[in-house]
Amino acid sequence: MFFPRVFGVPSFGSMRPFEELSRMRRQMDRMMDSFMEPQLQGLRSGVFPAVNLTEDDNHFYLRAELPGVKAEALDIQATGRNITIVGERKLDTEDATARYHRREREGGRFSRALAMPKEIDADRVEARMQNGVLTLKVPKAESAKPRRIAIGN
Amino acid sequence: MTTDTQKEMTVKEKKELATAAEQTRPGALFVPNVDIFETEKEITLLADLPGVTTEHLTIDLRDNILTLSGEVAPFEGADEKDLLIEYEVGKYYRQFTLSDAIAQNKIDAQLKDGVLRLTLPKVEKAKPRTITVSAG
Repeated sequence: MFFPRVFGVPSFGSMRPFEELSRMRRQMDRMMDSFMEPQLQGLRSGVFPAVNLTEDDNHFYLRAELPGVKAEALDIQATGRNITIVGERKLDTEDATARYHRREREGGRFSRALAMPKEIDADRVEARMQNGVLTLKVPKAESAKPRRIAIGN
Repeated sequence: MTTDTQKEMTVKEKKELATAAEQTRPGALFVPNVDIFETEKEITLLADLPGVTTEHLTIDLRDNILTLSGEVAPFEGADEKDLLIEYEVGKYYRQFTLSDAIAQNKIDAQLKDGVLRLTLPKVEKAKPRTITVSAG
């Protein structure tokens, strides 16, 4: 991309066209980056809700962002190694005379099943819903917990 | 877009904010989804801010610019290892320009289940008034 560099010259109209083009090129670069992002994010199932799964020695932790979803609207089940999260997000019904300027939030049903990497104790799964974030504390089955092996001499 | 409750929800990437100004502390900055609608007497703004508590939410209004800023504490405990991370956690930030027709001292904010409901009442004079003319 050729654009002229001139020092200390008051801006004439003819210098501007190249500004436009280089700005458009930067915008295209940014757009290309945002298209590439999803692939780089990796293992995405594409099912709502997006979850984060972490573990420590004794538990798996499953978290999902579900703003506006009440605990009563959620149905969480644990079977074998699978956890399913089923629910519905209802948006508040507003005044019938309301005129919308923006509408970005979505409501609807969702259903997601996730298999835990190791055996779990399905009877003792704890779930908490706070500030729109669902946290599931899934205890690992005894056989799945790591064993520390002492070194004798 | 209808809010037909029979439809299935799809997963959306969280929108990151690209600003000219850098943050002083590192971390992702997201644009929360909002709904804005108006009725005769007020404008209502609903914003999805999961993980934000009232202590960490700042609503700033000056020079007719409304700024929503919410901090989210990182969720992991110290010993946790990541296995599958599908969404990032970070601050929420969004700005709006308000018109003069808002009674700025009567704004009401409610944060419940990670959803902020901001009610902006319209100023009396924004309502139309007919002026009677008396014959003199």
